[in-house]
Amino acid sequence: MSDIKLAKAPAGVEGAGFFATSLDKVIGLARSNSLWPLPFATSCCGIEFMATMGSTYDLARFGAERPSFSPRQADMLLVMGTIAKKMAPVLKQVYIQMAEPRWVIAVGACASSGGIFDTYSVLQGIDEIIPVDVYVPGCPPRPEAILDGVLRLQDIVKNESLNRRNTPEYRALLEKYGIETYG
Amino acid sequence: MDKLENTSLWEKLATKFGSDVSQVADGYDLLTIHVEVEAITAVLIFLKQDEDLRFIHLTDITAVHYPLQVKAFEIVYHVHSLVHNIRIRVKVQVAGVDPEIPTATTIWKGANWMERETYDFYGIRFLGHPDLRRILNVDDMEVYPMRKEYPLEDPNRVDKKDLYFGR
Repeated sequence: MSDIKLAKAPAGVEGAGFFATSLDKVIGLARSNSLWPLPFATSCCGIEFMATMGSTYDLARFGAERPSFSPRQADMLLVMGTIAKKMAPVLKQVYIQMAEPRWVIAVGACASSGGIFDTYSVLQGIDEIIPVDVYVPGCPPRPEAILDGVLRLQDIVKNESLNRRNTPEYRALLEKYGIETYG
Repeated sequence: MDKLENTSLWEKLATKFGSDVSQVADGYDLLTIHVEVEAITAVLIFLKQDEDLRFIHLTDITAVHYPLQVKAFEIVYHVHSLVHNIRIRVKVQVAGVDPEIPTATTIWKGANWMERETYDFYGIRFLGHPDLRRILNVDDMEVYPMRKEYPLEDPNRVDKKDLYFGR
């Protein structure tokens, strides 16, 4: 018997030779177990994330095998480190270039709130420019905390309805940030 | 060539520029002079091009804000003679809300970014600079952050008090 753990099948109707469940759950299962990270690392939290990707903590276990250093194919934006106001348009552009569905994790005190840098040149939290799904506290957070943030995000992704991104609430949220929505 | 010392350097400058330059006490054995704003370009050119001085390396340009003085801004030049391995600090005091001083980019190309930084943080206008715009801060900022005009922290904040952290 191998140690390989399989993701649990969603609730559904099982019978001889068939298994019926809702499309939402299948898509959620697939998405949540193949979150591809786009690390936007500007400071120490980025180093902590490197440790998370290393063999000891092994972020690849969760289907995040390939860190995408491009918005293409990536769906989990991890912002790690201080974001200066001059960097804000760059971060926003990276977010806009990602295709839906996309999620954002703010890792550490700086990305979440500006951290100790309560000053004129630092953005006081990335939620001023892009919507954030999960905040990871810590300065810097330990790799376990980053893993916990990813697991939280997996829960969010798993239980998200397929049409959430077409709902008026979601569109209003993006419009609040001045991000164009399509379709 | 004799080794260049602070005393002989100061004598050279004093005989050449007279009342436009004055010496300032400094506890670190680094010759520090005050220069009138009209003479600064001439002094810098003399330091760089005089055969016996050869201060060919401009180390840095910055400024200091003394809000209580009439001439509230002091622009500071650090110049280094790579030939004699000696440094000199040149200070110019200027007044006004938007103080003006002639640019040093005509003497050292490297002054370009240093002056942009000084403009960025202190709002000092370098007349004749080819491209005087902000270099480190966002372009649409309306203040000069290193001026001593702002409180370091909002005195009414409570969210950083120790009791919120169990200390």
